[in-house]
Amino acid sequence: MPTVIVGSALDIVEYCGVPRFLFTDFPLGNPCGPPWRQDLQRTIAGQALALLRDADAPSTTWRSDVLWPSDDDWRPRYGRVKPEDVERLRAVGEERRRTQAQARTPE
Amino acid sequence: MTETVRYMDRTRDYYRALGYPSDYVWSRFDTVPFAPLTKPLSEATIGLVTTASPPDLGNRDASGKRQVWSGAVSPAPAKLFTDNLAWDKESTHTDDRSSFLPIEAIQHWAAEGLVGGVAARFHGVPTEYSQRKTIEIDAPQVLERLRADCADAALLSPL
Repeated sequence: MPTVIVGSALDIVEYCGVPRFLFTDFPLGNPCGPPWRQDLQRTIAGQALALLRDADAPSTTWRSDVLWPSDDDWRPRYGRVKPEDVERLRAVGEERRRTQAQARTPE
Repeated sequence: MTETVRYMDRTRDYYRALGYPSDYVWSRFDTVPFAPLTKPLSEATIGLVTTASPPDLGNRDASGKRQVWSGAVSPAPAKLFTDNLAWDKESTHTDDRSSFLPIEAIQHWAAEGLVGGVAARFHGVPTEYSQRKTIEIDAPQVLERLRADCADAALLSPL
């Protein structure tokens, strides 16, 4: 079945390899347009449909020209490991592994 | 042009910080598949696919495992459950469902004549650590449901 993916993680989708990809350069969570912006959401959906129609080879990526309607301060935020978080994250990981090991241990 | 966010690097750094000894390995096609559209876009029915869950979390089976689920596009759901997914909760929100599942936007283009229409159901696919479950169990189920809805093509919009 012909497919088009609309998403905001360019590196991951291009690594995996997909037939058609419309890249929207937004914070993860709103690949189809900024919340409550019906005008921009329609533009993006129209671009995705055009890509579905016009692509003639796999791994075709189009970059939407719709911009995130605020400054770029979101870019460094997601998933960044800050020095002050290192100890806390290590403890979270250890707790998670302990829980998973217990789940695997028969009663 | 602004440099795009390198999510693979950040994911590796994050899991290393959690103390995991080996890095996550993303799924990858050796040969990327491609299916051409076999009818004019103006006659094509589009099926929509999301990674969100229903608000009542009814896609969990008795053991709590998430399964493929489907919902009607009319009436469209006001909200879907996304708290379990990895998106940027500090920078945005998912209160506007059409920002990640574009039912109304595709309906708009159907009314304009660009596309034939929207399939009667959208489909939800769980985000799984197990690539085997996604590829061998969930993806075939989604395809079967899209075909049952007479969809000619699918638009996937993972969060």
